[in-house]
Amino acid sequence: MKLRKKIYLVAGYNTIAMGSGRKEFHPKKPRPGLEEYMKEAGQGVLKQIGGAANVDECVVGNFIASRYNKQANLAGFFPFVDEGLKYKPCVRVEGACGTGALAVATAIKSVLAETADVVLVIGVEVQNSVKAVYGADILAAAGWYKERKTGHAHFFPGKFSDRAGAYYQKFGYEKTREAMATWYRNAIENARLCPTAQEYHNTSPDLMGAGMLKPNPITFTENINVFDCSKVSDGASGAAIVSEEGLRRCGIPLSEAVEIVGLGMAENDLTAAPADLTRLDTTAVAVKKALEMAGISRDDLATVECHDCFSIAGIMAAEAIGFAEHGKGADFILEGNTARNGKVPFNTTGGLIGWGHPTGATGVHQAVTIWEQLTGKAVNNQITIPADRPYGLSVNMGGDDKTLVSMVYRKTNV
Amino acid sequence: MTYEERLQKVLVLGAAGKMGSGILLLTTLEMIDLKLKPENRGKEFIIYALDVSQTALTGLMKYLQVQILKAAEKKINQLRAFYADREDLIDNAEIIDEYIKDAMLIVRPVTTLESAYEVNIVFEAASENPELKVKLFSQINQNSKVEPWFFTNTSSIPIGHLDKQAGLNGRILGVHFYNPPAVQKLVEVIRAENSRPELSEFVTQFIKSMRKVEVPSHDVAGFIGNGHFMRDALYGMSLLDRLMPEVSFAEAVYMVNRVSQDFMIRPMGIFQLIDYVGIDVCQFIMKVMNPYMEKEDIYSPLLDRMMETGVKGGQNFDGSQKDGFLKYDKGRPVAIWDVERGAYVDIAVFGAKCDEKLGPLPEGHAPWKNIVGDRGKDAKFRTYFANMQQMNTLGASLAVDYLKRSREIGRNLVNDRVAHHPDDVNTVLLTGFFHAFGPINDYIN
Repeated sequence: MKLRKKIYLVAGYNTIAMGSGRKEFHPKKPRPGLEEYMKEAGQGVLKQIGGAANVDECVVGNFIASRYNKQANLAGFFPFVDEGLKYKPCVRVEGACGTGALAVATAIKSVLAETADVVLVIGVEVQNSVKAVYGADILAAAGWYKERKTGHAHFFPGKFSDRAGAYYQKFGYEKTREAMATWYRNAIENARLCPTAQEYHNTSPDLMGAGMLKPNPITFTENINVFDCSKVSDGASGAAIVSEEGLRRCGIPLSEAVEIVGLGMAENDLTAAPADLTRLDTTAVAVKKALEMAGISRDDLATVECHDCFSIAGIMAAEAIGFAEHGKGADFILEGNTARNGKVPFNTTGGLIGWGHPTGATGVHQAVTIWEQLTGKAVNNQITIPADRPYGLSVNMGGDDKTLVSMVYRKTNV
Repeated sequence: MTYEERLQKVLVLGAAGKMGSGILLLTTLEMIDLKLKPENRGKEFIIYALDVSQTALTGLMKYLQVQILKAAEKKINQLRAFYADREDLIDNAEIIDEYIKDAMLIVRPVTTLESAYEVNIVFEAASENPELKVKLFSQINQNSKVEPWFFTNTSSIPIGHLDKQAGLNGRILGVHFYNPPAVQKLVEVIRAENSRPELSEFVTQFIKSMRKVEVPSHDVAGFIGNGHFMRDALYGMSLLDRLMPEVSFAEAVYMVNRVSQDFMIRPMGIFQLIDYVGIDVCQFIMKVMNPYMEKEDIYSPLLDRMMETGVKGGQNFDGSQKDGFLKYDKGRPVAIWDVERGAYVDIAVFGAKCDEKLGPLPEGHAPWKNIVGDRGKDAKFRTYFANMQQMNTLGASLAVDYLKRSREIGRNLVNDRVAHHPDDVNTVLLTGFFHAFGPINDYIN
């Protein structure tokens, strides 16, 4: 199946991913709230599309402000973002850490349904309102609530520690750990080039050394260390999803847009344990759908934004996308293929580990990064997009490989 | 009596003080973690927190609650295992709350000594007064239904003296925590001649369980920690006389403090450290130590003079620094006490002039906080202090002499059989005083 209309993503905007590691961050000092983040990202988009008058609908993606910020009904913040959005149709969507791409997908569906030509999309999450030990309780809601009691104190790190442990056992400890550390190093090196990244200020002289730190089950988890994990982040990302008519209305030249040519969505049973801990099966399905819709193969991709909430998830994603056979993902990383000068650079602004993971915003941030790369707006992070591979792919995951949205983007000026 | 049984009934004497509150916290955590083990369910664990003031005890209970929360957040993995069979406790937040409640339930704040008559262990952190300690120990010992063990936090009084005076028959050991006990890793353990070996065995297990570092010291007044610190402080004060013909008192204090901090790469200068510990406390410790010293005079007329003017240093209840030799603004020194005029003089007025007199920092200098955790620091210190010895400036020469004196003090502690080994002296300074290098080193020729 193909998308029935041409769909474009334009006018991307990212706030800073705020949290530990940023110089401005102090856990005890006041910080912007949800609505301020939404306003910054929303205004950042509106400025590029000729203002709120051009917007038909709005979508906000947010995972769980109801617990982090005691706030629900987030669609109600759009008129706060801009008075011109008052009385416009607005909706909030949620799919745990896969929320951001779900918001983009929802916007796409509005355009396809022809109820809108211009949809403002914002993803937002503000998580530094509680310490990580309590944030773990909140984020655990991305899993099945009945597993919380028997789950790890750090629920999701525990889940991916189990996956990493299974992977070590099947494919070897040393090589996998080294690939995970390499993943971390790549992430930080990319983030150091991106002023909005949470790890932008990271000056650690020995990234491999940090990445190779032996996991400690007493203080954290059995099989992964803290550098294998994305951090706690506050932030918002925004963009507009538009039709051809929308592009004209906003006065945006085609060269400033990317076309979304593939959308693959897939859901798995939240109550079921993964069939194989060493595979991301749902990810594989969503990516396959997106590539098929785009009518391309993975070899046509110039860049990928994958959901590296944990470094092991990055390695498994490389396999799920099909770049490496099952069990060969670590080699693929170690050979340098995913580095910014590699065959197919992954997560060029740092990904979840380097740029940050404001959960509900992540899927939007991934889309914005690919938009930047394919339109030549990535500044210091810019990679070369080969003329014969004008495509980018994003994979956004909610829960432990449960709620998946994958998208294929095409450069327009080819 | 097993380790667990012994810890079922404990008393902390002087529990609301700076040291007592820390010892109470650490012991409470050790006890509640024992109580929550499946094999100990249903057993009674009680810790009495004894102090003279109800107001102080109220503050103490609040402090305890906050600190137990912090500890619980850090060991959440362990707590989830403790409460694995409690189906009603699901979130980390619920488990942490329950743990705090359970821990607080074993603590009994009290103001009278009678509670002490049934405990197995007395941790004593009363004020550093030999007569008071002897009186409390004797009274508890005479009235006790069991034969309690006494662990004293004294930092200076010989344990053998307390043992004999209170008639404890070797049921006493020096267990000297460093301030603040909740954070500081070092515990100096002092066996008196007659201390029973089973006390040492218990304490070794206790310290290990708290993941702290035990350093043994002989029973010589001041032990290793104050044995070094008091002499080091006296040397710092003696340097004032060397500088004073040229500069004012306040300027001299500033210069010696700067040399002992920046040039010597220590976490704080010697006068700031005296203020941190308290001028009154330093004076008192010297007074306790001095009668036991045959070859030297551990005494400072300057401290007496400061005390006479009412400038005492030390800390406020919230942990903030009181003014002493130095005046502090948000923890940073901003002025120096002028002992002649009886007023503080702003560093801004004379700091630059003094810095010029001292000369530049030697090449290769790194501030203490940047180098303390550096794995390659030994080589860096070697280069830095070699450069220092090449310099012909006042700052470098004061620092070199000071480092030599600090090393001499350390070596004497070994020669005089206070420390068992030079490494023990270095460990005490590294862990108890957060120095970046031990005083017994070969950086200075």
